[in-house]
Amino acid sequence: MINDLLIAPFAMGFMRRALAGCMALSVAGPPLGVFLVLRRMSLMSDVLQHGILPGIAIGAAAVGLSVWAMGLGGVIAGLAVALLAGWLARATGGREDSQLAGVYLMALALGVAIVSAERSIDLTHLLFGSVLAVDDTALLAMAGAASVTLPALALIWRPLILESFDPGFTAASGGRGGTWHLAFLALVVLCVVSGFVALGTLMSVGLMMLPAIAARHFAASLAGQMRASVLLAVIASTGGLLLSYHVDIPAGPAIVLSAGALWMAGLAFGPRESLLRGTLDRLRQREAV
Amino acid sequence: MTPPSALCLDRVTLRHGAIEAVTGLTGTFQPGCLTAVVGPNGAGKTTLLRALAGLHPPRSGQISLGGLRPVDIALLPQASRPDRHFPLTCLDVAAQGLFPRLGAFRAASVGQRARVVEALGTVGLDGKDSTPIGALSAGQFQRLLFARLLLQDARLLLLDEPFNAIDAPTTVALLALLRQWHRDGRTVIAVLHDLEMVQRAFPETLLLARHAIAWGPTPSVLTSANRRRARFGLEDWNGIDAPVSREAELERPAA
Repeated sequence: MINDLLIAPFAMGFMRRALAGCMALSVAGPPLGVFLVLRRMSLMSDVLQHGILPGIAIGAAAVGLSVWAMGLGGVIAGLAVALLAGWLARATGGREDSQLAGVYLMALALGVAIVSAERSIDLTHLLFGSVLAVDDTALLAMAGAASVTLPALALIWRPLILESFDPGFTAASGGRGGTWHLAFLALVVLCVVSGFVALGTLMSVGLMMLPAIAARHFAASLAGQMRASVLLAVIASTGGLLLSYHVDIPAGPAIVLSAGALWMAGLAFGPRESLLRGTLDRLRQREAV
Repeated sequence: MTPPSALCLDRVTLRHGAIEAVTGLTGTFQPGCLTAVVGPNGAGKTTLLRALAGLHPPRSGQISLGGLRPVDIALLPQASRPDRHFPLTCLDVAAQGLFPRLGAFRAASVGQRARVVEALGTVGLDGKDSTPIGALSAGQFQRLLFARLLLQDARLLLLDEPFNAIDAPTTVALLALLRQWHRDGRTVIAVLHDLEMVQRAFPETLLLARHAIAWGPTPSVLTSANRRRARFGLEDWNGIDAPVSREAELERPAA
């Protein structure tokens, strides 16, 4: 029974490949997500996931369904959208969130338009992912992105924390905050793009953000939150792939829903800053009085 | 510590877009001085500090730092700026004071680590090394920022309203620290609102209302005539009243 539910699905080659790929995504994405949350940039990830679509579509239209072409297109489009949104907000002094929304709505429409014009591409797979599509090349791309992301994050760790915590101090200390911000955004784009084959462009951010948002209910320190987010992502990936296999839904939504369930659980019963915790603390205070 | 030469401003004009924050400011901060910068809201005090820290380039005029390098200058911005719920410990934040010298990659030496712990003790946060900053009160958080400032070991210290919304014991402790820096021969420039404290503790004052109304020894600067000029001078430019509380403070008779 347990074997049928949990172990047997991974006897299939495509499930094993998908699992390996999602492990790579789970290790690299969520730590970046924790920084996005701390920098109050959670919505930036939304902008990026829409922003990469036209690039991926153009890559596919130009070269065909090559992971590298689509990936390169996605990275270029993602960086362009991130820089454009940041520049627009600074140059015109407008409300940054509205400009981000404007940019990603256009990017999504453009991406869907290009994909639809190109009959050979299945839009559902592109948007929501397909574990069947995770071939060796896609697996290599995911593992490669994770292998670049983690050491790079370790390298920019100190200035990135400093810049996220106190940009004014960083600037006053000659910390060149903008450089680290850009390096960080590049890593986020890389991770979002690397997840699109398995999870789809619209879902790959979910595996990055939901465990990161949930992490604060499980750990107090920054390093603890990083570890918690990775662990949650690993659980969500495994659970989501199994869900996808048994219920026959795309892997992207299945994994994101699993991550969402973990977040809700953390929000309700987690050891820190959860609803349960708050109630217990209030009860204890009343007893003390 | 070899005394650097004076910090000179020559017809410095600072702007925020179309708005002039400071106009044609000329004068000198002597090395090792302890100077308060006072004035009504919108007088350009914060902008002036940021300009001295090299964060706000002047539109015209010259700021001569007298040979100070960026690493010699420390700016304490208003307390509301850093994110007080960031998952960092007191030790983490205090150690950030080493950043200007260590940069992004170098490790702190054993001696430097000891100095971080010592600095937390100096500001009265002994034993709070591994306390998350989210658990600190506003006063304790300000003490922590002073520990970070202490570790920067700067020769020019710029403080923007360092005692705003801080409890009295903390203010006394941090003011003592500030005067200790002055005795060490460091140059200290602080934006303040509490004129009584300025008169008690700051030998020199710059009364700013976009331009210098008066600049020099505190008793000769904080005369009621000068205070009135600071207030009305700004009104002439703004066409609006300065906020009442600030006005009342500037009008309060000298203690």
